Amino acid sequence: MRVGADRFAFPGFRTLTFLCLFILYAPLLVVTVYSFNDSRSITTWEGFSLRWYVDVFVGPDSAKFKSAAFNSFSIALIAASVATAVATSAALAMVRGGRFKLRTATFGLISLPILVPEIVTAVAILIFFNTIGFTRGYMTILIAHIAFCIPFAYLPISARMQGIEGSFEQAAMDLYATRAQAFRRILLPMMMPGIFAGFLLAFIISLDDFIITNFVKGAGVETLPTAIFGSVKQGIRPNIMAISTMLLAFSTVIVTLSWFISRIDRTK
Amino acid sequence: MAGGAASGGDATSDAYAPARGWLLLPAWLVLGLVVLVPVFLMLVYSFLTKEFRGGVIWEFSLAAYDQFFIDRGLFGDDPPRIEWAYIQIFWRSIWQAGVATLLCLIIGFPTAYFIATRPAQQRNIWVFLITIPYWVNLLIRTVSMRFILRDQGPLNDFLQWVGVIGEPLTIINTNLGVQIGLFYSYLPFMVLPLYAAIERYNFALSEAAADLYAPRHKILTRVVLPAVKPGLIAGCILVFVPSLGSFLAPDLLGGARNFMIGSLIDEQFKGSAGNWPFGAAASMILLTLVLLVLMVLARQQARAARGAG
Amino acid sequence: MSSERPAAIDVRDAVKRYGDFTALKTISLSIQDNEFFTLLGPSGCGKTTLLRMIAGFEDVTEGAIYLHGKEIAKLPPNKRPVNTVFQNYALFPHLSVLDNVGFGLEMLGRSRTQARARAGEMLELVQLSQFAHRKPAQLSGGQQQRVALARALAPQPKVLLLDEPLSALDLKLRKAMQIELKHLQRETGITFIFVTHDQEEALTMSDRIAVMSSGELQQLGNARDIYEHPRNMFVADFIGETNLLAVTVDRIEAGRAQCHLGGGQSLGCDAVEGVGAGAKVHLSIRPERLFLTDTTPEGEGLTGRVVENIYIGTDIASLVDLDVGFRVTIRTSNSERGAKRLFEPGAQVVVNMEQGAARLLVD
Repeated sequence: MRVGADRFAFPGFRTLTFLCLFILYAPLLVVTVYSFNDSRSITTWEGFSLRWYVDVFVGPDSAKFKSAAFNSFSIALIAASVATAVATSAALAMVRGGRFKLRTATFGLISLPILVPEIVTAVAILIFFNTIGFTRGYMTILIAHIAFCIPFAYLPISARMQGIEGSFEQAAMDLYATRAQAFRRILLPMMMPGIFAGFLLAFIISLDDFIITNFVKGAGVETLPTAIFGSVKQGIRPNIMAISTMLLAFSTVIVTLSWFISRIDRTK
Repeated sequence: MAGGAASGGDATSDAYAPARGWLLLPAWLVLGLVVLVPVFLMLVYSFLTKEFRGGVIWEFSLAAYDQFFIDRGLFGDDPPRIEWAYIQIFWRSIWQAGVATLLCLIIGFPTAYFIATRPAQQRNIWVFLITIPYWVNLLIRTVSMRFILRDQGPLNDFLQWVGVIGEPLTIINTNLGVQIGLFYSYLPFMVLPLYAAIERYNFALSEAAADLYAPRHKILTRVVLPAVKPGLIAGCILVFVPSLGSFLAPDLLGGARNFMIGSLIDEQFKGSAGNWPFGAAASMILLTLVLLVLMVLARQQARAARGAG
Repeated sequence: MSSERPAAIDVRDAVKRYGDFTALKTISLSIQDNEFFTLLGPSGCGKTTLLRMIAGFEDVTEGAIYLHGKEIAKLPPNKRPVNTVFQNYALFPHLSVLDNVGFGLEMLGRSRTQARARAGEMLELVQLSQFAHRKPAQLSGGQQQRVALARALAPQPKVLLLDEPLSALDLKLRKAMQIELKHLQRETGITFIFVTHDQEEALTMSDRIAVMSSGELQQLGNARDIYEHPRNMFVADFIGETNLLAVTVDRIEAGRAQCHLGGGQSLGCDAVEGVGAGAKVHLSIRPERLFLTDTTPEGEGLTGRVVENIYIGTDIASLVDLDVGFRVTIRTSNSERGAKRLFEPGAQVVVNMEQGAARLLVD
């Protein structure tokens, strides 16, 4: 298969790879370390402490963070679920629907939120809600998140479906399954890893989003990123580092989970 | 994301062809209503009159584009000249996004290539290590960068301790800060598609080139690079486009004097100083720019894919 | 093969077109009950298309397909009492071997317990009982093949369709499976329709073979018919190895055709309908039905010079350049008797033909 690829490696490339990983991880690790700093100042290290984590939950800003966290997680959960259902349905038509006239256009529409700079999408959605007179708040964030999460859910789901040959459903139908039974009993279980990966990625994308949320949220409604951004504008405080570290850990867990799920059941 | 990404790959069967319309309806509805229609509305807004407390008055006006391109002096009665201020912001954004793309390529290609030449077991672990920062909250990553690059931050502490510099370097609130931020933000976006392309590359071709007396660097430039061109282009799109419209890096690392398009647009919709039609016009110009870049690169990619197939 | 009972499968004037491209050009054939029937042809000849039309995965553009006299061409696959063994097996990776085999019965409304019991019996039949609770990916290629077979046989279909099921197996396993399939067909009494591009496989297993090419049926018959009496150039060339000689027919007498080669040497063979005197046609002569002898002083017969002897194992193939300008291949069995008929390269020889070896071809 891959014949001695390592013989074509370049010696300097290993160093650059380590440099790349260092660049990517160093800032995150530094912030993680400093989130455990016992000092009120962010500059000097005064020993290990969990006080800023406690501060996040009971400190003066805790109410703000709690409501932001609730908004973030509930929006991410609903948006990712809806986006995954919409994306699965679309993937079924795109991957198992043969050739059709609007296929390329539909794919363009689905990838639009990925291709267009986020700030443009943000402006457009803000203008849309303003035009139809929809009051900005929780609902506007949710609707926007559902829309831009669709492509992120779609990509792993359709990739998974591409990898499943049509002959499996044909075999099921040859064995007297109806189209619906072939979908439920064969295609859906085989696609499950892709659907789950799609859901998790959509969930993270929603949870992480700042720009669009910042445009379509109403006054007083915050998600974690907008709350963090608001605080950071007044200077980085240690409790922000504690929150960031928690979000970092959460993202890492989700990515790890999705990574392992995408690797199970890789049968042809 | 490389290869057949432009069309999303071919259909693998037509088992669900009869239900196609119903299956696509939700996606059409949501994306059409919440993305496509809004983009058209944005175009409409860019030709409306501004309302001073934000929003628009439904009256046709070219004022937004006039303000963007034409300078009529402080009181609007000078002879019209080309307004350079906004074009400069756009130009600087394009320049900085271009430099960020180049930097990502310089670090990203060797990384992707190195990972792709590892044994299969190791490869997965390397890819995983790149994937984590890819999905970590961009805001948190940018905040972390700001924390590190501060005048009294760890980077300056370290450099002073080593003795490379005597005085702390000011990086935050400079163009350099923005540049570093963009590079750092989108580096994983370069590595992953490049890796996907190189991983698919058949190293037997390198063996054939070596057999025909090509030295290693020639194998890279003459055989590997042309073969992985679609991945290269995909990586460049994924870095350049978001860099161009980036908001967080210029805002948190650049400050007030180092505006990029993103901040310019953002400002138009925040508070009473805003100008919605102008923001919509700037967004339209940015969108047009991005679509042009995408079209050129998509054509390139199609050509590269044909050449590879 | 009783004539009162309608054929297991009756394909009548079936045509398949994809847009402008015609994959099948008006095919008609009848397949009897309990028959091991093979569709044989090179890739792209339409054999798989025909099989998939019988299975219900492809629409029939024109014509009809009957199963025991009942029109099935418009039925979806899940309404046809026909099961398929897929080329890549298409075993459901998330189901155990047992549940794969029981799937069809469950879909037919049998309870899971019943389906599993019957699946267990089927696994016994293919000697895989000990693997019932494994996932397909944990089995070898040959075992997966047998699971696919058991799964397709479990619902007791009227007809079993096999789409090149042995092509992924190595030679030894393939030979063993050929015999196993043949036995299984006899035991179950189910009609098998088998698609392959491997002529040896077809000859070994089939009761009857339909040779196809470019969407057309070239010849239909049992193995002996097709090998020994190929109807046209394509069949003669595709099945086994043959020497094709361009000849002109001189006269037809009492069912015999007298022909001559370019150099004037005459050859006799059985006449074929539709070929008269003066026709320029081809003769097919199998290499194993030619033998070499010393030249006579008079220089009679088809003379030539040995170019090369190729050792094949069971046989030795001699390439001989005929003086009239063709090159022919002669197969001599690798035995003591055969050794007497071998000549060194360069030797002048006479090429002789066994009685009835030459076959006149239409086209």
